[in-house]
Amino acid sequence: MPPIISVSNLSKTYDGGHEALKDVSLDIERGEILALLGPNGAGKTTLISIICGIVSASGGNVTVDGHDIVSDYRHTRSLIGLVPQEITLEPFETVSNTVNFSRGLFGKPRNPVIVEKVLRALTLWDKKDQKIMALSGGMKRRVLIAKALAHEPRILFLDEPTAGVDVELRKEMWQLVDTLRDDGVTIILTTHYIEEAEAIANRVGVINDGKLLLIEDKDAMMRRMGQKQMQIRLQTATDKIPPQLTPYDLERSEDGLTLTYTYDTMAERTGITKLLTDLNAAGLVLRDVQTSQSSLEQIFVDLVKATP
Amino acid sequence: MNLHAIKAIYKFEMARTRRTILQSVVSPVISTSLYFVVFGAAIGSRIESVEGVAYGAFIVPGLIMLSVLTQSITNASFGIYFPKFVGTVYELLSAPISFLEIVLGYVGAAATKALMIGLIILATAAVFVPLQILHPVWMLSFLVLTCITFSLLGFIIGIWADNFEKLQLVPLLVVTPLVFLGGSFYSISMLPPVWQTVTLFNPVLYLVSGFRWSFYGTADVSVGISLAMITLFLVLCLAVIWWIFKSGYRLKS
Ligand SMILES: Nc1ncnc2c1ncn2[C@@H]1O[C@H](COP(=O)(O)OP(=O)(O)OP(=O)(O)O)[C@@H](O)[C@H]1O
Ligand SMILES: [Mg+2]
Repeated sequence: MPPIISVSNLSKTYDGGHEALKDVSLDIERGEILALLGPNGAGKTTLISIICGIVSASGGNVTVDGHDIVSDYRHTRSLIGLVPQEITLEPFETVSNTVNFSRGLFGKPRNPVIVEKVLRALTLWDKKDQKIMALSGGMKRRVLIAKALAHEPRILFLDEPTAGVDVELRKEMWQLVDTLRDDGVTIILTTHYIEEAEAIANRVGVINDGKLLLIEDKDAMMRRMGQKQMQIRLQTATDKIPPQLTPYDLERSEDGLTLTYTYDTMAERTGITKLLTDLNAAGLVLRDVQTSQSSLEQIFVDLVKATP
Repeated sequence: MNLHAIKAIYKFEMARTRRTILQSVVSPVISTSLYFVVFGAAIGSRIESVEGVAYGAFIVPGLIMLSVLTQSITNASFGIYFPKFVGTVYELLSAPISFLEIVLGYVGAAATKALMIGLIILATAAVFVPLQILHPVWMLSFLVLTCITFSLLGFIIGIWADNFEKLQLVPLLVVTPLVFLGGSFYSISMLPPVWQTVTLFNPVLYLVSGFRWSFYGTADVSVGISLAMITLFLVLCLAVIWWIFKSGYRLKS
């Protein structure tokens, strides 16, 4: 199947002359959950805003479901739901009014059943007649999500959906994302919480300074870029690392009972076998060996640091 | 045509009106009554009739126009300014709607409210002075056309304004003087010739004149010209709005 969103050579220069996007191209597959990571000001919101029609591109083009977002905006926009980064709501409106409004705006007839379903899914049902200004910050964020879902979009953009949200609600949102994915909704989210991307995304894209540094299957990326660490626990403490082991760059723990070896899983040789032999030769007796994989966060930090 | 969207915007805006019904309706009624007391009764009793119409009755069309113009502009400008101010405009921009549909929703609601207020003032006036409406259909057409045209103008102002001062500046500094100087409370034939010529550049003159004609059959300028001027102004506003959405002026970066 062709990608549901196809971005080609997209660039954006804001009026002030700031280049927020530089020749970005990517395809988003139907039904996937794509997490966009990147530091503040990387261009994540700009990318989303262009696809949704809020910002106009300076160059390049985007198709959604095979239709151009400029010439065929009615088709493309009706498929998309957007949860913006900032909480922007009419303070004097009631929850249900504003959700109904969103549904109408996207060209759908009133449907109390669907609106009720959405409100219940976000535990907003008992708040439906309250004015928005009377809601807490987390509740307001739920209202934003309810508005975005009111017209049953096939694509959902979540721009930092869990900023300022407590752990409970964050877990709930992840669950919601799961449910939506099961319904076949394509989800694109931006986040600063790497564990969020790690927990729910299928693919991860990393943006920095307006450039898409990489976009890859999450597991593959962690495998490829991941550095593994091996903790070697010793039977008896060693007060210094034997000289023949210096090439391995081992790290000795305070108590001298653990040595840590860091290696690249993608390297031709991990050097583990040789290390174990050399340890033996140095007269160190192993008690236990443990490996751990570096997190997406580490990968992300390394990647962004490496960009000039 | 995304009819659901037009309906949604229209209903949303009318709900806003309903919430603020007291200040929306009561204040124009009170201020109009005051005008009648001051101009109609106190001053009017010392003025001869103007062009065969008692002064109190003569000023009714002008008074209605004054309220309708201000209401149209403030309603429509606030209607679109507010989403910009609180940020909900993102939803309008990301929705599958054309500029025409956005305008129909917002301007339709603003014009409806202004029309309602115009009719309420007309009814209030009837309490104070004996009214005569020679051409009711024309009267209504002028009223509706004015509501729409000036709601369009208000919409433009709402998009242009980037703070509350600007939002209030235009009605205050431009519209009110134009209405007062546009023959709302007098016939321009009462002015010295030089000022008569100057007044001809005031667009509101054509509105008031045409509107008054539909009441009493007398006009400062011919009805055809009045109609042509309003239509011209309407087309002009539409063109500006079309350009705004095409260029994304003050809406899209
Ligand atoms: N309307 C605008 N006018 C001018 N510059 C802008 C505008 N919006 C964003 N920018 C600039 O473009 C760059 C990218 O901004 P963007 O909001 O896309 O970043 P982001 O990745 O979403 O950041 P964050 O994680 O902080 O939300 C920033 O340098 C920002 O200052
Ligand atoms: Mg952002």
